[in-house]
Amino acid sequence: MRLAFILGEIGSGLRRNLSMVVSVVLVTFVSLTFVGAAGMLQMQINQMKGYWYDKVQVAIFLCNDTSAATGCASGKVTKEQQDNLAKMLDSPTVKQYITDYQFESQADAFKHFKEQFSNSPIVDSVTQDQLPSSFRINMKDPQKYQIISETFSSQPGVETVSDQRQVLERIFEWMNGASVAAMVIAGVMIFCAVLLITTTIRLSAFSRRRETGIMRLVGASKTVIQLPFILEGVIAAVVGAVLASGTLWLVAQFWLNGDLSRQFLNTPFISSTQVLVIAPVLIALGGGLAGISSLLTLRRYLKV
Amino acid sequence: MIRFENVTKVYDANARPALDAVNLEIDRGEFTFLVGASGSGKSTFLRLILKEDRATSGSVYVAGQNVANIPSWRVPKLRRGIGVVFQDFRLLPQKNVFANVAFAMQVIGKSRSIIRETVPEVLKTVGLEGKERRMPHELSGGEQQRVAIARAVVNRPGILLADEPTGNLDPITSMGIMGVLDKINQNGTTVVMATHDDDIVNEMRKRVVELRNGVVVRDEARALYTSMIPVVGESRRMKDASDAEIDRAQGVQQ
Repeated sequence: MRLAFILGEIGSGLRRNLSMVVSVVLVTFVSLTFVGAAGMLQMQINQMKGYWYDKVQVAIFLCNDTSAATGCASGKVTKEQQDNLAKMLDSPTVKQYITDYQFESQADAFKHFKEQFSNSPIVDSVTQDQLPSSFRINMKDPQKYQIISETFSSQPGVETVSDQRQVLERIFEWMNGASVAAMVIAGVMIFCAVLLITTTIRLSAFSRRRETGIMRLVGASKTVIQLPFILEGVIAAVVGAVLASGTLWLVAQFWLNGDLSRQFLNTPFISSTQVLVIAPVLIALGGGLAGISSLLTLRRYLKV
Repeated sequence: MIRFENVTKVYDANARPALDAVNLEIDRGEFTFLVGASGSGKSTFLRLILKEDRATSGSVYVAGQNVANIPSWRVPKLRRGIGVVFQDFRLLPQKNVFANVAFAMQVIGKSRSIIRETVPEVLKTVGLEGKERRMPHELSGGEQQRVAIARAVVNRPGILLADEPTGNLDPITSMGIMGVLDKINQNGTTVVMATHDDDIVNEMRKRVVELRNGVVVRDEARALYTSMIPVVGESRRMKDASDAEIDRAQGVQQ
């Protein structure tokens, strides 16, 4: 009986304040979408780190015919220079830092290049001779890159030593920045949402002051009086959170795993199922914020 | 049932107190008029019983409990034992008569079957049989006040507080309302009624407590609105008319 009564009260409150309720739904929707987007970016960063950090290597590029570096003054790397480098990689001083290494010939490099840029017209203008051969080294500890770099960059036949991690770091930094920006926007929007919920609950309490006045007089408990108002705010916010989750799921399903993954074949995108992990967080966040802000509003504006 | 021990209530430290060292005891089943000019402290008296306000000093006992010691979460329980009626009825305009009375039972969690059983009974007691489906705006003032009384007593409180319940009604209708209150009192409910209406007080001949500037200046059993003036002339004629109305109203209820 009491449950039915509370549900009825919630229904009438939502109907009477429909425009305010819709604005609460929209504001929480937008703000939580930003929160979720920041979360998705972080997940994407982790995913890419996990995927790439195993694969990225320190590459020792060897001289080819067109190299301009000082180490390549004598022209293309010779067989002895290459064997010498391989021997150094096998020596105990270097071996302690690396797990293994492979040699990538110019032919291999050309093949990988063609795969990677299959969509791009640049493939047609590159020949096998222009690409360097290289040693690809997997580090035990990627932070020790400096040691490899110092040991090998001055060796004859070495054009340059590069740490692919640094390229990725820059991408991750950029993505981190984007997720921080999303969080800042989300923060502002959440602030708006809280203010809006506060105002809505206040209006709702005001428009039903007759009912609540009578409820107090006949001895209705605090819960029965306040719960409809609190749930009103929570329901509106949860609807917004569900919309936000749905939007993020659509983005993951149809954009990340649709268009984007077709364009960037080598990039592991987060799946739409992973995005669903964010949904309960958003719903709890939306519902919790709405609950707390309505409770605080009622303390001030609804005497019990 | 209600006991005030040396109760003082100060709203504004610079003004005189709204109630000043009031000592009063109202027994179970008593019918008491609280009279006095506006600002004499009648409403404050009623608010203190309901724990809407705290006494500045002294203690208020309701049903043997010092209300100051009732924790806030128990206040609803205190209020369930007290019905309240106002001058302006305070009905819910979008609910019909039945729903207005049922509202008081719904919000304290009474079951649907109990509500369906109790509400018509109470409406019968206040003389509103057959008007369950009317909306408040379709009722006369007197009928609206009867709905308000029905709502106040539907949970069978031990105490009924009435704050100028006849303030908006003409004398004849007022007498009808008094008939209802008297009947409720005879069923064992303690009634405290704040009023300006001298005719009613004179007619009912109940206990009268007069407040002036927050002080009890008179407390008489079976008294008149003003102790000295006899009932003559126009007042007498009014009284006879009201007698007839009371008889009629009671006839309707029986």
